[in-house]
Amino acid sequence: MQKVISGKTINVNDEGYLTDLTQWDKSLAQAIAQEEGIGELTPKHWDIIHYLQEQFKQEIPLSIRKISKSGVVNIEEFYALFPQGPLKKASKIAGIPKPVSCI
Amino acid sequence: MKKLVILGAGTAGTMMANHLQHKLDSSSWEINIIDHRQEHYYQPGFLFLPFRIYEPEDIIKTIREFIPEGVNLINDKADKIDTEGKKVLMQNGDVIHYDILIIATGCNIAPEEVDGMNGKEWGKSVFDFYTFSGALSLRNKLDEWEGGKLVIHITEMPIKCPVAPLEFAFLADSYFKHKNMRDKVEITYVTPLSGAFTKPRATATLGNLLEEKNISQINDFGIKKVDNESKKIIDYEGREVSFDLLVTIPTNKGDALIERSGLGDELNYVPTNKTTLQSLNNPDIFVLGDATNIPASKAGSVTHFEAEILTENIVRFINNEPLKEEFDGHANCFIETGDGKALLIDFNYTHEPVEGAFPFPGVGPLRLMKESRINHMGKLAFRWIYWNMLLKGNHIPFVSTAMQTEGKHF
Ligand SMILES: Cc1cc2nc3c(=O)[nH]c(=O)nc-3n(C[C@H](O)[C@H](O)[C@H](O)COP(=O)(O)OP(=O)(O)OC[C@H]3O[C@@H](n4cnc5c(N)ncnc54)[C@H](O)[C@@H]3O)c2cc1C
Repeated sequence: MQKVISGKTINVNDEGYLTDLTQWDKSLAQAIAQEEGIGELTPKHWDIIHYLQEQFKQEIPLSIRKISKSGVVNIEEFYALFPQGPLKKASKIAGIPKPVSCI
Repeated sequence: MKKLVILGAGTAGTMMANHLQHKLDSSSWEINIIDHRQEHYYQPGFLFLPFRIYEPEDIIKTIREFIPEGVNLINDKADKIDTEGKKVLMQNGDVIHYDILIIATGCNIAPEEVDGMNGKEWGKSVFDFYTFSGALSLRNKLDEWEGGKLVIHITEMPIKCPVAPLEFAFLADSYFKHKNMRDKVEITYVTPLSGAFTKPRATATLGNLLEEKNISQINDFGIKKVDNESKKIIDYEGREVSFDLLVTIPTNKGDALIERSGLGDELNYVPTNKTTLQSLNNPDIFVLGDATNIPASKAGSVTHFEAEILTENIVRFINNEPLKEEFDGHANCFIETGDGKALLIDFNYTHEPVEGAFPFPGVGPLRLMKESRINHMGKLAFRWIYWNMLLKGNHIPFVSTAMQTEGKHF
């Protein structure tokens, strides 16, 4: 499915996750963050977004527990930065698929 | 003589012992299986124990009676795996050498992972049903409980049998109705997921069932602690849920031996190739069942499909042939929905559960994703199939190892 956001047409799945990471850029991330109610992204947000993208490229499965042990962010901060399902929200903004830590 | 060692004699290890005993040439291969326990528990029965649908004797047998002749059962705890030296160090000091190792140590609950979970209310108003002892003490509690706020809670994913907490909620509704006290019990289902289940279409169906049964749902709940004084669970965003009776699924983790051996991820699951079941770091180690990190359900049915493929791959490995990349993540789970009904889901890595007929396309007799009595009969029959067919490594008639797409409404 296609979606137009901040003047760009992107491919997303039915839950709004990008299906092609090459379409991702920073202004797009900021626009998705607005939609998700996160607001202006801070340097800490960007650290996490880049970390998630790196892990995704290396095909390492993600979980909140793993991220809180990564040294990038602790669990309280992660929830404070991306309230209500931090991993799902951060993944959407990072342009990667919804984490499948849960089967 | 070469040695194949199976670590763990639960569902997965027992199946492998039975399969391999037929397949390997006993004049060149010796098969050993290690487990410190005497009892083999039928874990799906832990769901029924608290409601007195099953009694303990229905779900406990000995490990020994399922280990075939010709396989050596070693009754002691393994302490560490030395992958360099290709040996298992036992707690009693013995050293067991291997040429091929199969890890089948499963996973277990770790309530100590959450602040206050195994505090002073543990076993009084906070219970699990993922262990035999937990399910039994919960049964005794339910016998005398007079009602109040029942909270059913999942700590974090992944957990074994991810539908079991939902089934618990449905069965609790039915149980209290039969005891004529449903009006005295408020049931809340609290999950770290954004919906009732992990797959979109099943989530919609199961979410509707919760609503129909008047069970309220709290989603995206990342638990921070259990407050034993005020009897509340509190999440990282400060949300609080009060309980009189908390039935929680604590964090699930692989055995500590995996951590001691430096073989696991942050939850002690062994990184495993999801199609061949070979360990990613050690070619002479294979992993199946709940001990792997593969993105498939941690369920007995999955283990059964894995065991069929792994048996072939062990034979290929011994003959220096390329491994089959065939495991597709196939899972087939009955979900008890209470009042003598159940629904059935069938899915794999790439296909989510949908409606249709099973196992015969268009015919059934089982219906996918729909509640029915015959599905419930299927769930109860599963215990017989488990003891008499699955553990012995028999193929279940009509149910293919790879998921079928025919007869399904995608
Ligand atoms: C409440 C509940 C309901 C379930 N319902 C279903 C269902 O309806 N359908 C379904 O398909 N599945 C269900 N399951 C899941 C199913 O029981 C498991 O997926 C299955 O048992 C996994 O098999 P396994 O061999 O990997 O682990 P297990 O069967 O747990 O076996 C692991 C074995 O390893 C041994 N071990 C561990 N560490 C060591 C060590 N260091 N040294 C020696 N031995 C060791 C243990 O003693 C144990 O015997 C349910 C599980 C639970 C808890």
